[in-house]
Amino acid sequence: MTETGLPILLPFALIIVLIFMRSTVSSRWTGIVGALLNMIVAVYLFLQLRHDDVLVLQVGGWEAPYGITLALDYLSALMLLVTALIVLVIAIYAFRFIGDRPGYSKFHVFFFSLTMGVNGAFITGDVFNFYVWLEVILLSSFVLITMGAKKDQLEGGIKYMTLNLIASLLFLAGIGLLYGKTGTLNMAHLARILINDQQSILMNTSAMMFFVALGIKAAVFPLFFWLPASYHTPNITVTSLFAGLLTKVGVYALIRFFTLFFVQDVYFWHNLLLIIAGLTMVIGGMAATIYFETRRILSYHIISQIGYMIMGLGIYTPLAIAGSIFFMIHNIIAKTNTFLVMGIVSKIKGTFYLKDIGGLYKERPFIAILFIIPAFALAGIPPLSGFFGKFILIKAGIEDKHYIVTAVAVLTSLLTLYSMIKIWNEAFLKKQPESTHLPSKVKLKISEVLPSVILALASVLLGLLAAPFFEWTLAAANQLMDPNVYIEAVLNKIE
Amino acid sequence: MEILLSALTGLLYAGGVYLILRRSILKFIIGIIFMSNATNLLVFLSAGIVPGQPAFVDDTMKDAELMADPLPQALVLTAIVIGFGIVVFTIALKYKFFKTTSTDDQDQLTNTDA
Repeated sequence: MTETGLPILLPFALIIVLIFMRSTVSSRWTGIVGALLNMIVAVYLFLQLRHDDVLVLQVGGWEAPYGITLALDYLSALMLLVTALIVLVIAIYAFRFIGDRPGYSKFHVFFFSLTMGVNGAFITGDVFNFYVWLEVILLSSFVLITMGAKKDQLEGGIKYMTLNLIASLLFLAGIGLLYGKTGTLNMAHLARILINDQQSILMNTSAMMFFVALGIKAAVFPLFFWLPASYHTPNITVTSLFAGLLTKVGVYALIRFFTLFFVQDVYFWHNLLLIIAGLTMVIGGMAATIYFETRRILSYHIISQIGYMIMGLGIYTPLAIAGSIFFMIHNIIAKTNTFLVMGIVSKIKGTFYLKDIGGLYKERPFIAILFIIPAFALAGIPPLSGFFGKFILIKAGIEDKHYIVTAVAVLTSLLTLYSMIKIWNEAFLKKQPESTHLPSKVKLKISEVLPSVILALASVLLGLLAAPFFEWTLAAANQLMDPNVYIEAVLNKIE
Repeated sequence: MEILLSALTGLLYAGGVYLILRRSILKFIIGIIFMSNATNLLVFLSAGIVPGQPAFVDDTMKDAELMADPLPQALVLTAIVIGFGIVVFTIALKYKFFKTTSTDDQDQLTNTDA
C-alpha cells in the first residue's frame, strides 16, 4: 500500500516548505495545518487496518528482504495516532510559547523532522532503517534542545548528547553483529530465521547491544542519567515534546525487537527486564521526591513510568503486553499534559521553582483542574486512564505469579501520588510567598490553554472508554505474540 | 587481513573509551570519532572480506559465493555519512559552548544541577 509511506512523506514535504518560509507567523500556521494533516493520515491508516492485518510497503519496489520494508500493524498504527495527537497539541502550544522568540525562527523545521523520525521509527520493518530514523530523531532533538543557545541550554545539550551518541554507536555495533550472524536485517526475515534457532547464546551479544542502546534511549534504570540532566533546560514546548515522544521510541523498539526476533534466551531476558523494570520504577519515583523544580520532578517521573512499560514486556503474556501498550499511550498523553500545564504555571508566576509559586487554586481554578486531571491520571486514580493501564499490568503480573514486581508497581504508585500531591500543595494550595517578585497580571490566550484541554479530555475519554480501547491494544498485543501474521505479510512472495 | 582489521577495531574501541572517560569535552568528541570509526569497521567486517571480487552481478559471474557482499558496504557508507554529520554538530556545539562559558572541563557543567 503506497499510503503507508505518508507518515514519512508528509513531514518531509512540510520541512521543505518551512525551510523557505521567512515569516514566523506563516510558519506557525503551517505547523498547525501540517499537524492536522498528519493526524488525518494517522487516522486514515488506522482505519485501513480494518481490512488488512498488516499494511506493507516495499519501498522502491524492491521485494523484502532485499529492499527496505515499511510495515504497519496495530502497535505501529496506535503509536502513529498518539504521536499525531501530541504533534498537534505541541504545534498549537508553540504558537505562543515559541512565538517569534529570537533564535527559534526555525523551530518548526526541526519539529517536523523530529516528527518524521518518530513516524519513520514506528512504521519501519528494517533494523538498519530503524537506526537511520533514530539518527534523524537524535539530530533534530540536538538542534531543538540547544535552540535559543543560552548557557543553560548549551550545557543541557552537551549532557543530552553524550550518552545518546554512545547509544547510537552501540546500536550500530549490534546491527553489525546481527548481520554477521544472520545475513539479513529485515525484521520479518530475521524473525523467520531466528524463531527456530537453537543457538540462543550466540544471539545474546546482539541482543545485549540492542538492549543497552535502546535502554539508554528509553531511560531505564542504570542508563537514564542523561534525561533528568537535560530535560529542564530547553523551552517548555521542546521539553513537553521530548517527554511525550522520545523515550517511547526506545520502549516501542524494545517491545518490537523482543517480541519479534529476540525470543531465544527467554528465561534470562525476561528476568532481566523485570528486575530493571522494578528498579527503574522505584528509583525514578524516589529521586523525584527530593526536587522542588517542577520540570525535574516530572522528568524523574518519566523514568519511573518507563518501568511499568518494561514490566509488561518482562511478564510477556498477551494481557501484559496489551497493558504495556495501553500504559504507554496513556503516559504519552498525561505526561505531556503535566509539562504543558507547568509551562502555563511558569508563564503566570515566572518560575518553575515550587517554593516561589503558590495560591494558584484560588487565583486560577481552571488551571488547577487542568493540572489535577493528568496528575491523577499518572497516579492511577479511577476513572482516569492511568488506573486502567496499571490495573491491566498488575492483573497480568498476578496471573503470571510475578508477585515482587507487582508489589513494587503498586507501591510506586504511592510515590507518584506523593510527588503529584507535593506539586499540588506547593503550587496550588499554599499561599503565594510574599517575598517573591511576580510578573504583572498575565492574561492567558486560548492557544496556550487549548492543548492542555485537548489532552485532559483525551485522558478522561481514555479512562471512560477503556474497554473498547483495550480491545485495540489487545489486538496489537495478539499480533505481537503471534508474529506469523506479520512475517507472512512482509515476506508473502518468498518461500 | 580480517584478524588485522579486528585487532584495529578493538584498538580503536579501547582508545575511544579511554578518551570518552576524560574530563575534556574536546577529547570526548575525539573519543566518539574513534568509536564511530571502530563501529564502522565492525559493520564492514560483519560479512567477512572477499578480496578482489566485485560486489555487483554481471553476466560473467555465475557463483554467488565468489562475490563480495554489497550490503555491509552500503550500510557503512550510510553510517559514515551520519557519523560525519553528528561529529560536525557536536564540534559546533562545543565551539558555541566554549564561546559562552570559556571552559572545556566537564566537571564545570554543574550550573543546571540545582
